[in-house]
This record gives sequence, structure tokens and C-alpha cells, in this order.
Amino acid sequence: MYAPQPAILRESAMSNPAAAEAVLALNRFGLGPRPGSIAAIAGDPRGALLAELDRPPASLAGAAALPSSAKAYRAVTDANARRAAKAKIAVRVQKEARQKLAADASAMMESSEQADNAMAAKVAAEAVPDPGRPIYLEEAKVRTEAALGAGIGFVERLVWFWSNHFCISANAVQSMSGAYEREAIRPHVLGRFTDMLLSAEGHPAMLIFLDNLGSMGANSIAGINRTRGLNENLAREILELHTLGVRSGYGQDDVIGFANVLTGWTLLPPGDNPEHGGEFSFNPRLHEPGPQKVLGKTYDDETVEQGRAVLRDLSTQPATATHVATKLARHFVADTPPAPLVERMAKTFRDSDGDLKEVARTMISSDESWTQPAGKLKRPGEWGVGMVRATGITKVDPVRFTGGQALLGEPLWRPSAPKGFPDDEASWIGGMGLRLDIANNFAERVAATVDPQDIIETVYGGAVSSEAMAAVGRAETRQQALALLFMSAEFQRR
Amino acid sequence: MTSCHHLHLPSRRDALLGAGALFAWTQMPRLARAEGRDPRLLVIVLRGGLDGLGAVAPVGDPDWVGLRGDRALLLDGKPPALPLDGFFALNPAMPNLHRLFTARQASIVHATATPYRERSHFDGQDVLESGFARPGSVDSGWLNRALLALASDGRVDPAGSRAIGVGAVTPLVVRGKAPVMSWVPQQLLPASEDTQARLLDLYQHTDPKLADALATRIRLAALGRAGGVGTTIQDPATLPPPGIERVRAYFADAAGTAGRFLARPDGPRVGAMGFAGWDTHINEGAAAGQLANLLGALDGALAAVEKSMGEAWRETVVAVVTEFGRTARINGTDGTDHGTGTVAFLAGGALRGGRMVADWPGLKTAQLFEGRDLKPTIDLRSVFKGLLRDHLRVDEKALADTVFPGSADVVPAAGLVG
Repeated sequence: MYAPQPAILRESAMSNPAAAEAVLALNRFGLGPRPGSIAAIAGDPRGALLAELDRPPASLAGAAALPSSAKAYRAVTDANARRAAKAKIAVRVQKEARQKLAADASAMMESSEQADNAMAAKVAAEAVPDPGRPIYLEEAKVRTEAALGAGIGFVERLVWFWSNHFCISANAVQSMSGAYEREAIRPHVLGRFTDMLLSAEGHPAMLIFLDNLGSMGANSIAGINRTRGLNENLAREILELHTLGVRSGYGQDDVIGFANVLTGWTLLPPGDNPEHGGEFSFNPRLHEPGPQKVLGKTYDDETVEQGRAVLRDLSTQPATATHVATKLARHFVADTPPAPLVERMAKTFRDSDGDLKEVARTMISSDESWTQPAGKLKRPGEWGVGMVRATGITKVDPVRFTGGQALLGEPLWRPSAPKGFPDDEASWIGGMGLRLDIANNFAERVAATVDPQDIIETVYGGAVSSEAMAAVGRAETRQQALALLFMSAEFQRR
Repeated sequence: MTSCHHLHLPSRRDALLGAGALFAWTQMPRLARAEGRDPRLLVIVLRGGLDGLGAVAPVGDPDWVGLRGDRALLLDGKPPALPLDGFFALNPAMPNLHRLFTARQASIVHATATPYRERSHFDGQDVLESGFARPGSVDSGWLNRALLALASDGRVDPAGSRAIGVGAVTPLVVRGKAPVMSWVPQQLLPASEDTQARLLDLYQHTDPKLADALATRIRLAALGRAGGVGTTIQDPATLPPPGIERVRAYFADAAGTAGRFLARPDGPRVGAMGFAGWDTHINEGAAAGQLANLLGALDGALAAVEKSMGEAWRETVVAVVTEFGRTARINGTDGTDHGTGTVAFLAGGALRGGRMVADWPGLKTAQLFEGRDLKPTIDLRSVFKGLLRDHLRVDEKALADTVFPGSADVVPAAGLVG
């Protein structure tokens, strides 16, 4: 039943070069083949990718039930407040009991008092569960299942790319991490870069992550009253990471000017009104008065529009076009992308006023995007989703899935720095051993129902090396056959 | 040379059968209880094909040393093989099994095989676990159907699972209509050394960079095992393969937990689990090395079952079986290829143990199956049927009709328990 037949299969792959191009299209620009996807696009893989841009998948399934970022944030702050209150009550009760005891017996263990109080507070606090994690897991489930169910997954890959470009961290704002992507990134991946930039930098999750909530102008009302001032973090990272790119000609004065512009970009504090709180808010009391200079241009407006004007200008800078085009091409095509491809995409960006659908279209329509050998190492999340897609499974246990991603060094929405997860082979190749353990574990769970030969022959259309076919054919168990297949270069590289 | 160690001993079961076969057919569970027994059966499937000759060596066979050369286990080897009955000796990696054998709580069946005569792992495992004579039947396993046969009126109480499957995937042998509870060990089973070696080989032929990355990981794991700063660096040849400690821990954890479940008064009475990694095509080793490491892990698993079962151990049989054996001779890569006849280990306090069960076929080329494999002389189904009949009290007709369909001519091995 599992006798290897490499010669026959190789022939079928060669007689069907369309399958090989379809596999490349699905892996390089999508989320990997799943049952039926080769047949669906093999006639014209490039056309199928372009068609997905014109007919993007309907809105995220299951997202309607998810809370907005503001609501999620309120749920957490509310739980925190209740937890603090419970802890206080517990300490109070503990103290009263102790006083009663002291009245009864004069001998008392002073040393243990603080420990007892702390323990009582801890126990009481733990009685209020943190709503942040269940929200995070539900968001992870909806996002991952969208990836598993996507036809090609090109648009999902764009969501993943831009979410990482404008990353926040769930370590700072767990409750908002999924909603941030749905609210600030997803609606704009086929729209204008300017709009995505405005919506990402103005999102409370970003303002929390890059420390802008309390940033105030030295001469603002609040700044004068509290003798506090500027936090440069958001302004610097927008220039360095989100728009122009590092060493692209801006200086420290530009960072300071821009940081002043962004003072007052904060969120509406929750607590006063159960229906509001956690949304973006421009607070004029924090805002540095007067005109500001950024990249040689003076911005006079002293409202939230001052910041929006700077962001609009940054979004159309040639350096931004080059930065974005380089990152996109590196992510999709190769660690060192062909220069003509990058330039063509940058030109589209400049000429179209940052129309991201047009930039994506240019990438797909360029021959360089297709002639590069399949040498790009998939990132862990991409590889994991590709592995599951190949089996036809469309539902995930978010605890298991996010746990696996974290083990592989790419915890969902938790990059270790604002730069996001890296996009080069050197960063990820050290994790192959861990990938093997994950593949082995997943293979064990699906071995009873998933046939490795079927994945090779139908899901991959035979476009698998004869060596990999032979290794699968010789494996001692289905589990081992699947683990070897999931670890093969065909599943790791694109 | 043919040396017959196949013993037929009368058992209480023979008397019972003669007295009340019909009664037994309908009232099986009560029958065991009426005897004051509460029997347990755990089946451990070694996936990949265990080299029976590397595990239990026919040291008394004059052709043994000629066959395996310096990889032949010997009573005066380094380390010496553990003597069993004067003709056979056990791999020194299995002291627990040897202790149980000496205490008459373990028996070993040699030159045995299922009716499957091809060499595909997957088909071989299907035959071993389904209980059908040919591959292709994968809906239910013989152990599950034995439970159905035990149910007094053919129905099984769905509320009370009498079977447990250990592992993320329930082994086929215990799958079927009778309800099965599943338990997944806490520890992830790491990818085996064999899987790593196969992947490394694939990478070396297809992707040198991935090969380097994986080789580095394997080396690091070996270094980690060699100990911390200040310890003597061991000769790499004597290092256990990376990850074997984790395999050992997984085997012991999984088997020990199965034992705990089976020991409970209200727990399941039969269980099944699978251990992979026995496909030793390359660098199999002998008294030490890859196979010995795995046998040591299996030995630890048997000890873990014995310990976790406590008092219930005396009512327990653990059957350790594999889909087929391996070539009698060493292949070109210091390993062995897929073969036929092999061993089955039986352990447990319910056994009438301390015996080798074998009808030795000999090792001369003409005596080997197709000139290459140990010839099977005992149908493994006869062992299963003997255990099911005499230990669990499954009716002999059900054994021949539904548990092992079409096996009327396969006589249950008598005298294994009791």
C-alpha cells in the first residue's frame, strides 16, 4: 500500500509542470496547498492570485462575535479593578480576624502577618479571571482558521505581513492584540498605505505599545502642571520602522519635532462610563502648542490634524516607497530580492499614491517573482499553517496552536521588539530541530486519518522531489512518513 | 538443529471449557469474577519491526555466531547476554525483563509472526492489530472485538469504557465498537533518532543548509548529554544517541500511566499503546547501541507498569509485539532490513512464566524464510488467542469467528497463564 513509486510520481509531476507552478504560487504568495487548491488554480496560477486581489475573501468568519479593542480593553481594566477590590477586602478581613485573635490570645506571630495578607490578597485576586487571555485565544482561533480555510491565502498573507510591519505586542496589550489587526490592518491591506498608517499609528494598541499615552509637550497644560514631557518612542519607530526606514535622512530634530506633534494622541481612559473607554482620543491638554518642524516642513495646525498631516506626508516619501517595496519583496520572494523587482514595486507605490493592491499586483505580474528558486525559508507560523492545510484540517485548538508557534520562536502577536519578526533564513534556520518535534507531534495526532502519499499525489500534485517521495515511502510508520514530509524542503521553502 | 521448547500444559481453563462452554459463552465476565479474578491485559505494539534475534539471541544455535559475527549477543560477550534457558539469552539492556523471567513472571515467544508475509510496515501493523489475516481491514482491532465478545449479551455498556488507548492516536488494536478511553501522555514524544537520521539523509540529498542546521542540533543534543563543564568528554562512539533519555522518560511515563488506569478497581481492563522507532536499518548495534537503547527504554516501561499496578500486577499480562522481524543477517549499513519471524515478550504476575515458547526453525540459509528471515513457526494469533481464552475468558468460538476471523485452524496456545 505504501510502496514507494518515485519514478512514476516524478513522471507525473514532470508531465504536469502547471502543478509545480501552482505549488510555487500557493507557497510563495499563499498559505500552501490544501486539498483541491492545485486543481483550482493550475490553469493560471498568476491569474488566480490577481483574481484574489480583485475578489478578496468576505469578512473574517467569526469576527462578528469578537469584542472591539476598546471593549476588550474595558473588560480587562474592569477585571483588574474588581481584582484589586477583592484583594483589599481579603486583606481587611484577614486583619480583622487577626485583631480578634490578638484580643483572645496576646501571643501573635508578627512575622507572618504580611505573608498572610499577601496570600489572602493573592487568593482573592485569583478568583477574578483575566479576560485578556480568552480574548487573545479566540482572536487567534478566528485568524488561524481564516488562514486554514482560505482558497489561496494571498490576502491573508498580506494581512500577516502588514500586521508584522506595524506590529504591536500582546505582552503589552493582550486584550487588544487581535482586534488591533482586525481594526487597523486588515481593512487596508488592499487599500492605501496612507490609510493603514493613519489607522495603525492612531490605534490605542499602538499608542500603548510605543508608550505614547503619557507623552506630553513640555509646554502643554499637563506638561507644565506635572513637569513631565515627551516620549520619543512612537515618533522614532514610525520614522525608522513604519515609513522612511533607518538611515534614510531624518535626524534627532525630526524625531523630537514629530514626537511633539504626536503629543496628545492617547486613549480615552476607561472607568467613567461603561459604554466608553479604550478608544483613541486626542487630548489637547497634553499637546505641545505651536508649529512643529519635521523633515524641513513646518506644520502649523495645533490639533490632531497636525499629526495626521505629518503621517500623510511620510506615507508618500520616496524613501517610504523603497522601504515598503523592499520589505514586501523580501518577505514574499527572497531574502535578497532582485533589485529590478523592488524598484518596479517602489515605482508603483510612488505612482499610485501608495495603492497597496497595485503594489501587490506589480509583484505578481513581475517575472522576477517567479524565476527565483524556491529557496525562501518559511517562517514558523507560515510553515505550521501550511502543514495543517495540507491535511485538509480547518479547525484549530488555539491553545495548542499558539503554544506551538511560541515554541518555534514566533509567538502570535508577540514579537520581542517593535521591529517585528525577522524575515530571513539566518534568523529561523536554527529552529529546524524544534520544527521536527512539532511536525512529529502533529503527525502523531493525524496519522490515523491522513495519508502521506495522498498529500504528495493530490494535494501537492506530485510536485515533490523523488528523494522526499522515497523517504516517505520507506518510513516505518505513517507518523514518521508524515513528519518527514512536513519537514521536507518542499514544506519548508518557497 | 531443531529444539522444541513449545510447551503444552494443562490449565484450569481446559477443565472449565469441558464443563460449561455454553455457559461460558454468555456469562464471560461473571465467569472470571466467579473465579475470584479480575484479569488485565495490556498490549504494547513496537512499531517499525523489532529485530527478534538482536533482542533474544539463540546462543545455543551452532550457526548463531556465523550469522551475526561480532554483532552476535553472547553469554560471554561484553556486556554478557542474560541467560534464559540455556539455548536463548536476552539482550543485556533488559535486566527487568530478565528478573521477571527468573521470577516466572515473564515468558518469551520466539520465531513467531502474524500471518502477514510481505514487508510493508503499515500493512504489517494493520494485520497485527486488526486480527485479520490480510491487510485492509482497519475499522476495528482484535482487542476491541474481544471485549465485545466478553459482553454477556453482545452489548457493551457505553458508560463504562473497559479499554484504554494510550497516545495521541488510539492504536488500531483497541479501536472499535466497544468504548475506548484515550489518554495522552504529558510529555511530547520527541522525534526519534531514526526519524532524525532519515530527515538528515533527506536533507543531505536535497538541501545542504537544512542538513547543516539539523546536524548541528543533533550534535548539540549529544553534547548536552555528555554533561556540563568540568566533566570528562566521552568518546563520541560511546555516547547514547541524542534524545534517548527523553524516549526513556516517555516510554516509562506512558506505560506507567496505563498501568495506573488498569490497576483501578473501576478502571479499564485492557489497554494498548504503541512505541515507534524499531526500524533499525542503520547502525543497529547489539549489546549496546541503538537497539539496546530502545530495549532499555522498553525494559523501563515494563518496570513502570509493574510498579504502577501494585497488587493488580499479579492479575496482569503485558504482551509486547511487533509487526514483523528483521533479516537474519546484518545488512550493508550495520543494520537489518524488514524480515519475518521475531519475538514477543509476555510479562505479568498472571503468567505461568519463566519459559521460552518456541519451535526453533534453525538459522542455516535453507532454514530461513526465503533464505533471509527467521522462519516463523508459531502464529502470533495462537498466542493472542491463548491469552484471551485463558486470561480474559473469551470464548473460543468468538476467537475463531470475530476476534481473529478465519482462524479456526490456529490453535490457542495453552498454558501461558494460570
